[in-house]
Amino acid sequence: MTQDENDIILLAHGSGGKLSHELVENRFLPFLSNPVLAKLDDSAVFEVGGRIAFTTDSYVVNPLFFPGGDIGKLAVCGTVNDLSMSGAVPLYMSLALIIEEGLPMKELEQVLQSIKATADETGTQIITGDTKVVSHGQADKLFINTAGIGIVPDDINVSGAGARIGDKIILSGTIGDHGIAIMSLREGLKFSVPVESDCQPLNKLVQQMLEVSSTIRCLRDPTRGGLATTLNEIATQSQKGIFINEAAVPVKEAVRAACELLGLDPLYIANEGKLVAVVESSEADKILASMKRNLCGKDAAIIGEITAEHAGKTIMKTRLGSSRMLDMLSGDLLPRIC
Amino acid sequence: MKFVDEYQDNELAGKIASEIATLSTIPIKLMEFCGGHTHAIMRYGLRQLLPENIEMRSGPGCPVCVTANADLDKAIALSLLPNTIVTTFGDMIRVPGSYSSLQQARARGADIRIVYSTTDALEIARNNPEKAVIFIGIGFETTAPTVAAAILRAQKEGIENFSVLSCHKLTPPVIRALLESGEVKIDGIICPGHVCVITGSRPYEFISREYKIACAISGFEPLDILLCVYKLVKQIENGSPRMEIAYSRAIKPEGNKPALKLMNEVFEPADTVWRGIGTVPCSGLRIKATYQCFDAAKIFKINMKPARENKACRCGDILRATATPVECPLFGKACTPEKPIGPCMVSSEGACAAYYQYRRPEKEHDAA
Ligand code: SF4
Repeated sequence: MTQDENDIILLAHGSGGKLSHELVENRFLPFLSNPVLAKLDDSAVFEVGGRIAFTTDSYVVNPLFFPGGDIGKLAVCGTVNDLSMSGAVPLYMSLALIIEEGLPMKELEQVLQSIKATADETGTQIITGDTKVVSHGQADKLFINTAGIGIVPDDINVSGAGARIGDKIILSGTIGDHGIAIMSLREGLKFSVPVESDCQPLNKLVQQMLEVSSTIRCLRDPTRGGLATTLNEIATQSQKGIFINEAAVPVKEAVRAACELLGLDPLYIANEGKLVAVVESSEADKILASMKRNLCGKDAAIIGEITAEHAGKTIMKTRLGSSRMLDMLSGDLLPRIC
Repeated sequence: MKFVDEYQDNELAGKIASEIATLSTIPIKLMEFCGGHTHAIMRYGLRQLLPENIEMRSGPGCPVCVTANADLDKAIALSLLPNTIVTTFGDMIRVPGSYSSLQQARARGADIRIVYSTTDALEIARNNPEKAVIFIGIGFETTAPTVAAAILRAQKEGIENFSVLSCHKLTPPVIRALLESGEVKIDGIICPGHVCVITGSRPYEFISREYKIACAISGFEPLDILLCVYKLVKQIENGSPRMEIAYSRAIKPEGNKPALKLMNEVFEPADTVWRGIGTVPCSGLRIKATYQCFDAAKIFKINMKPARENKACRCGDILRATATPVECPLFGKACTPEKPIGPCMVSSEGACAAYYQYRRPEKEHDAA
């Protein structure tokens, strides 16, 4: 066996003893160090002022590395995006890892590297953390939990409940990329144009949008459950109707092809770097134009509007001009048999 | 950008729909055999584009739905045997059998794993040599060849702990059984696109030749289906039923010969029970005696309680095309995708699930 193959996570790395300390000092700090974290106290102590947004999420993905990202990037983007969707400027994050024994150290370092790069890109700092190692079979390689804190500027109030009749709905780009990237990897599907996950931080895009308009009522990132589920959440929360035009929803050709093959619907497939915004109708074009200037929003489009009819429901005009209900995802997404 | 094209779909669909309306003069009933077609029809609201004299009925083309309770019960019983791993496609796990479901068996400790393909099931068998790994083989001519390939692979690699509970079904015999029963008068049939990729169009030619019923094979894009309906209406109006391929980008009359060869190497036709339809001669696939060491039905002897049906559920009628989901009193009320009572509400290819998920806004209260 080579040196590298022996360099794996052992149960003892989670014992709290010498190996644990070594793991933190030699593997974690080199990537993540900042003045607060480096103190290695039991809690991070820091100052913030104003209204605070606070969120947490756990990340489980198989495989750990996929085209367009990995679990580390996903964990940072997920929390940064959740904070951004409440209009907050993300500042600090916690990072907790549950590692299955046997994980190659090299893979762990790759994940940490990507956490570091994404945190830097978003201007956030990891200021507290934890690691547990579990025995073989009790976890699938690596689970991550992150929590994040951000500040919400005084004049910003975005919430699903804020949607008003006549407001426009903007989607920041193509849907289904993340889910299809993962699924095609798992199913061994190859496409002439490979689908990459859209995993990306949206905080800069959101800041830019909030700068050009004060009429952004609601922001959401359509992750698990896809666009259809997010729209239904907004409809329920606001008790308004939602009407969208399927033909206006951008979907990459490769994603559409994969969906046809697997019998799936892009409207229900997970995204990791897209947002839905509900905005005042008269400002919609201006906001759209500013989104298109950001790489994360270059394919942004107005896909529908808020209606008085069908309160609490989402209605879709299909590609063929007929209309129907668009329900939330129920159960799991499963490829067809026939 | 490619997605702009969809606006043109809209225009083309309108054109085909108005051609259909002009051409169609008499009330007709068309059956889409395949659950995938039912879903596309509902998803794109195609019925809204068709004139009122054209009625669409879904047929027995959902593999999960047509699996008889006795077969489901067997799968559940197998999962409860010690030292076994049952592998299955995801939809199956939630389908209620006579007394329980695979999902409930799993909660009680059975090792049941969802797989996306037989390759995954084989991999599980390779990694767990001390356990019996049973794959629940459901599906039509589309999946049977892949299962046959897995069995041949297991034989070649000497994976002795792998076996298959074959509940595979063949589509032409069941279409014949439906037409023979005369229970529902069908004027035209949309034949199953994916199945015909394997079988070719020939096994379906009897529909027009012997029963004088219009038939065409369709793909799964909304325009494919509209075009297929157009062809069927034309055949009916002209009184000239024949087999037409409206999916020529994928179908050859003789089908996919290597896949058929694989299937016929491992399986042979046998009488089998379809939910709601009963025993249909030579409509199932059983594993040939040569491969019986991979046949879970032969390896494991289990005593089964007699299967029973939930009387309130009308899946049987729906699969025979004698009723539509909205005619079931439980539809959308006691029975929803979250709390399904019958398989047609569970499966992603089930008619009830399609009617429910894609119901029209105007009629949301009576859920049509
Ligand atoms: S709605 Fe439910 S109970 Fe009624 S036929 Fe369909 S699956 Fe059975």
